[in-house]
Amino acid sequence: MPRRDDLNKILILGSGPIVIGQAAEFDYSGVQACKVLLEEGYEVVLVNSNPATIMTDPEFADRTYVEPLLPGPVTQVIARERPDALLPTLGGQTALNLAKTLAEDGTLERHGVELIGADLDAIRRAEDRDLFRDTMVAAGLRVPRSVIATTLDDAGAAREELGLPIIVRPAFTLGGRGGGIARTAEELDEVAARGLKASPIGQVLLEESVLGWGEFELEVMRDRNDNVVIVCSIENVDPMGVHTGDSVTVAPQQTLTDRQYQALRDQAITVIRAVGVETGGSNVQFAVNPRTDEIVVIEMNPRVSRSSALASKATGFPIAKIAARLAVGYALEEIPNDITRVTPASFEPALDYVVVKWPRFAFEKFPDVDDGLTTHMKSVGEVMAIGRTFQQAFGKALRSLELDAPPDVPSDMDALLARLERPRADRYAVLLEAFRAGASVDTLHELTSIDPWYLRELERFAHAPDGDFAGARTFKSVDTCAAEFAATTPYYYSAWERPGPSGARGEVARGERPSVVILGSGPNRIGQGIEFDYCCVHAAMTVRESGRDAVMVNCNPETVSTDYDTSDRLYFEPLTLEDVLGVVEVEQPEGVIVQFGGQTPLKLAAPLAQAGVALLGTSVDAIDLAEDRRRFGELLARLGYRAPPYAIAQGLDDAVEAAQSVGYPLLARPSYVLGGRAMEIVYSDDDLRAYLARSGAAHGGREIYLDRFLERAVEIDVDALCDGEEAWIGGIMQHVEEAGVHSGDSACVLPPHSLGPEMLAQVRDQVTGIALGLGVVGLLNVQFAVVGEHLYVIEANPRASRTVPFVSKATGVPLAKLACRVMLGEPLSALDLPTEANGDHVSVKEAVLPFDRFLGSDALLGPEMRSTGEVMGIARDFPTAFAKAQAAAGAVLPQSGTVFITVTDRDKDSAAGIAAQLGDVGFRIVATRGTARALSRMGVRCDSVNKIAEGSPHVVDLIEGGEVDLVVNTPTGSGARTDGYEIRRAAVARGIPCITTVSGAFAAARAIISARAEGPPVLALQDVHRGAVPEPQPR
Amino acid sequence: MTAYVLLEDGTRWDGEACAAPGPAVGEIVFTTGMSGYQESMTDPSFAGQLITFTQPHVGNYGASAEAMESDRAHGRAAIMRSAVNREDAAGATAGWLDWLADSGVAAITGVDTRALVRHIRERGAMRGGVFPGALDEGRARELIEAEPPMEGRDLARDVSPGEPIVLDPDAPGPRVVALDTGIKDSIVRNWRERGVRLELHPCGASASALLAREPDAIFLANGPGDPAALDHVVATVRGLVGKVPVYGICLGHLLLCRAVGLETYKLPFGHRGANHPVKDLATGRIDITSQNHGFAVVGPDGEGTIAADEPVRWETDFGVAELSQLNLYDRTVEGLVLRDVPGAAVQYHPEAGPGPHDANHLFDDFLAEIERA
Ligand SMILES: Nc1ncnc2c1ncn2[C@@H]1O[C@H](COP(=O)(O)OP(=O)(O)O)[C@@H](O)[C@H]1O
Ligand SMILES: Nc1ncnc2c1ncn2[C@@H]1O[C@H](COP(=O)(O)OP(=O)(O)O)[C@@H](O)[C@H]1O
Ligand SMILES: [Mg+2]
Ligand SMILES: [Mg+2]
Repeated sequence: MPRRDDLNKILILGSGPIVIGQAAEFDYSGVQACKVLLEEGYEVVLVNSNPATIMTDPEFADRTYVEPLLPGPVTQVIARERPDALLPTLGGQTALNLAKTLAEDGTLERHGVELIGADLDAIRRAEDRDLFRDTMVAAGLRVPRSVIATTLDDAGAAREELGLPIIVRPAFTLGGRGGGIARTAEELDEVAARGLKASPIGQVLLEESVLGWGEFELEVMRDRNDNVVIVCSIENVDPMGVHTGDSVTVAPQQTLTDRQYQALRDQAITVIRAVGVETGGSNVQFAVNPRTDEIVVIEMNPRVSRSSALASKATGFPIAKIAARLAVGYALEEIPNDITRVTPASFEPALDYVVVKWPRFAFEKFPDVDDGLTTHMKSVGEVMAIGRTFQQAFGKALRSLELDAPPDVPSDMDALLARLERPRADRYAVLLEAFRAGASVDTLHELTSIDPWYLRELERFAHAPDGDFAGARTFKSVDTCAAEFAATTPYYYSAWERPGPSGARGEVARGERPSVVILGSGPNRIGQGIEFDYCCVHAAMTVRESGRDAVMVNCNPETVSTDYDTSDRLYFEPLTLEDVLGVVEVEQPEGVIVQFGGQTPLKLAAPLAQAGVALLGTSVDAIDLAEDRRRFGELLARLGYRAPPYAIAQGLDDAVEAAQSVGYPLLARPSYVLGGRAMEIVYSDDDLRAYLARSGAAHGGREIYLDRFLERAVEIDVDALCDGEEAWIGGIMQHVEEAGVHSGDSACVLPPHSLGPEMLAQVRDQVTGIALGLGVVGLLNVQFAVVGEHLYVIEANPRASRTVPFVSKATGVPLAKLACRVMLGEPLSALDLPTEANGDHVSVKEAVLPFDRFLGSDALLGPEMRSTGEVMGIARDFPTAFAKAQAAAGAVLPQSGTVFITVTDRDKDSAAGIAAQLGDVGFRIVATRGTARALSRMGVRCDSVNKIAEGSPHVVDLIEGGEVDLVVNTPTGSGARTDGYEIRRAAVARGIPCITTVSGAFAAARAIISARAEGPPVLALQDVHRGAVPEPQPR
Repeated sequence: MTAYVLLEDGTRWDGEACAAPGPAVGEIVFTTGMSGYQESMTDPSFAGQLITFTQPHVGNYGASAEAMESDRAHGRAAIMRSAVNREDAAGATAGWLDWLADSGVAAITGVDTRALVRHIRERGAMRGGVFPGALDEGRARELIEAEPPMEGRDLARDVSPGEPIVLDPDAPGPRVVALDTGIKDSIVRNWRERGVRLELHPCGASASALLAREPDAIFLANGPGDPAALDHVVATVRGLVGKVPVYGICLGHLLLCRAVGLETYKLPFGHRGANHPVKDLATGRIDITSQNHGFAVVGPDGEGTIAADEPVRWETDFGVAELSQLNLYDRTVEGLVLRDVPGAAVQYHPEAGPGPHDANHLFDDFLAEIERA
């Protein structure tokens, strides 16, 4: 059955900001789908609030709405665009839930929109755990036994029935939030109580545990003709109990017999049929007891997923692309396999290599958080490695992770074994150390339940990490068919083999055209996210347009950059010097681009240059000039630009002395880490000593940077282009939060909403001066702080910054592409740059923080970046754009109700202004005694409420009781378990917007006041970039 | 201990010996299946062949009785990238390498199997051997030369039983008389599970002897070697077609085709694996199939492949034969039905073992036809 001609216009929903559990994989999948549907001649309408995605580039859809993924805005888009169909299976849980809501509330029917890819019933059968179990049982499959509980007594009764341990799953929380594993009766009370509280309907599902069984995933695809293929099997090395997203996983599965595997395959097919996913891909998760052959079905996701992205990268079978074709009527047999060209998509890939996926965690940024791994996901990114053997892949994955520091592992056996009792983020480091200390496979199997096959491989790896890397490096291709057919898509990985007839170049089919190697950004992590992948993808497009071959090197399976369609040749490799040099050796490129992948490739600039590799763009010396504090300080002094006073100290005593000369408050940080890691504001010698002791920043005489902390400063971020002779300002962003909140965590506005023309002129001059002074060829990002009339330079990064995609979306000027052209040799004058890029609209970027995933962490913003993603709001005016951004970030600002305010003394005046404004539009104001007194003095009516110490009913009771709709809380002193901490924790747990800065609160108040019932009008990026933003309608 | 693989074209691949040291010579083939190494090794269709496993890790879950497809190993050697001798896997009765050694199978590990497979893909399956490192290459070459090529080889005789074997004489179902050219246990199991009274006869049995068993159907099994070299069996089958329904799998399919007058030819490097899509032209259904064959049937227009997804027809000595199943990978013939006399066959392995179970329904289909007849 070929293409459906009864459809013309198709609406696609993205997945919104990057959050834990929903990351770049949905951009990868979405881009594939958009491309396919456009190719097929459909009109594509896209809604996604995440500006850092490739899919929201205006050329990937006919109409692109960077709007909140909420029923209101999407309904507006539907009413305006009148699509024929909605494809909800590409935007993760977010898109699926939204589609479900729109189907259930009648919106889709009202506007004649058909759900394609998965219908409402199938979505329900997969997503509703009860319905799912019934469906499975009816299909003759086994699921873990379970009981629904609404009280602790129910939970106690369930314990009798199910036996311990028990898996607790709160009803209707996203991503298993608030759930966990209860191993003892006490733990059950604790976890069940937490789960009951977390569930909006006060209900938890208690499930029979299959902890320690093997966990397996199968990626299944089905077409309209009921033909089904299994794209890939994925085995979790970590047994059941560690979320698949946090597990080290291997493809294809290695430890099941053919009979066991075929049984899983049969069941996966039964599952997709029973759930009724008519066309598209699904992920089915199983637990298998290899001793007894028992199999239970854990869950199925009727959509593309993190695992399907992994499976696509692991096999070369592009699941999302094919799912999109299936959704519009094609059958599997009608779709050619891109890689072999001669075979159809109705086949199952055969792998002749091993793929290992490793999660990357960010616990170092959340010191109060338990780093134990459990049933809800905690990792923020992942790497994938391909090797000819498990050990090769495992070793490459380890190299790909780029940990700041190796995990701190105990050395004596007892401590090592004790540490393995519960899975933690560092478990493999501990496991390897335990093997080195002489632990046996049996002992470790006993402790971890990891299959002995893996343990034996790890044991060999522990003793001889280079053992499987003997022989010579050669490149092999990912071809979906284990070499049975010739592959045409050049997708490579390095393998170490006994030298054979093929030589080092191996299978690389390098034509005669010059090539440019683009180094990607490795695993997503806090501080280095999808924004950098966005820039790398743009670089690849530009290199291809220039008539050269674009060669991508990266190891992140989630991303668009590692789609084999993005470049001319893809090398799925770790981003270490050695691995990159291996690629350079076979490619012999014209040059290597290190500017787009964030800090990862930038770190390689100097060693690559030393190895004689040509770098395109900004020179190594210019990079060093920007990054070396002393040299950069001298440059600024020479240019006559202000910078905060600073000192570089060595060791504790030196630091305390230097602090005197710089003057408090200070921003202290170790010199050896990046991304604002371990950075803190200190107000006194005691603070400083405590900080140095706590962070270990001064250990071993390491350098510490001390900067005068500029209080109440407005922070500015600028992205600019420079060709070495001339600079061009791409965008100036003003932060909403004051300096001291990391630029990555602060909301920002483009164009600046409260800086005068003189200040902006000064900013432009200084950016130009720095760009030329450094000798930048390509992109430059400069951060400033404004205090009164004075402009201070905070730092300059001679590379693509996190804000490049946002600026490009806001202005319509593709900064990364232009920078790449400059790096390939074109002067700025050839680029046809507009003089002033800002139209008559305002764009706001807001950060999305993972506090709701890390219960126990303090939801406070500071100089250390902690956000995982970002969203964008576009409108005619700042308050509306800000409100959209807030809504998109998950903090829908209330339009009425109760605001709770508690602020530090120095913020009390400002708080009164905010309270007065909100009081005027009908909000009830509640405050703690001190704040209430201050507010009353300023004539603001408010009620006072107890602090925690003053006894119940206190503020936290109020929040937990659902009586508060907005929290404004600026911190009083740091440290856990203060009232502030408890307030923020309670707000985050309940999903109540919690604003922790005065400037943020002002912006929120303005947004609330200017909001209107029907919500702000939605805008298409294509209109915004044409300068055709509709006039606001009179109220 | 080192070992090496030498091909008849002189290319050499080094590795380590890991079971019987060799020399072992025969046709070097590869299988792309990702599980089921022991099933492959014991499949009689691999007789006379050296199996290269494209799945790099082999031996991960040991060896067990339930993975046997016959009473012994038939592959002459295992060529692997990374083999282990795991003994403690659930359900395993021995380590894989110990089992290979006990079975007298030569084995080599540490070989760049992907490069080897690419070589075979480009040059075609050829003779070769696995040799101990100490063995002189010149001597190895002589051993390879001494091995007859696969084309024209009758290997079925070696794997066929000496005496008829009657299974489940009291079973309720029809009597299926199989010509055992090296039948896999999975096929036997599939028939027996369906209540069939199955008999296995030596491949040298005459048509009259088989008809004397009063069969409800004749079943032509899988097996090794070149169907063109099995003229004696083909003649037997010719004597059966039209008299009783005849069904075949794999080699059996090729034999039935030759018996009705169709041609077969050698594929460049065969089909061995668990992922080939096969389309049933009557229902449109696509099964992912288990495959293990080196020869195929020539299409009605004299070509090795079929151009359109249509049930094209052959004029045979027994009336019309119609294409029923098509390989979507390389468009070779995967099955046909005889229109004027009862009979049908498929080239792939509906019994799996190893491989997917998608096509398992084929036994039901055959059985339904037998019961109808
Ligand atoms: N019954 C169970 N016993 C033990 N572990 C379980 C059980 N159910 C789920 N898990 C673990 O919890 C993880 C998350 O559960 P899952 O149902 O897949 O939820 P999610 O939708 O978050 O992926 C699984 O990957 C598995 O490791
Ligand atoms: N001297 C300063 N005064 C006030 N805030 C500062 C100062 N220096 C840095 N900051 C704040 O700390 C954040 C992180 O510092 P920055 O030097 O940009 O490090 P990173 O390399 O992590 O981006 C900035 O975004 C800014 O908000
Ligand atoms: Mg899951
Ligand atoms: Mg910064």
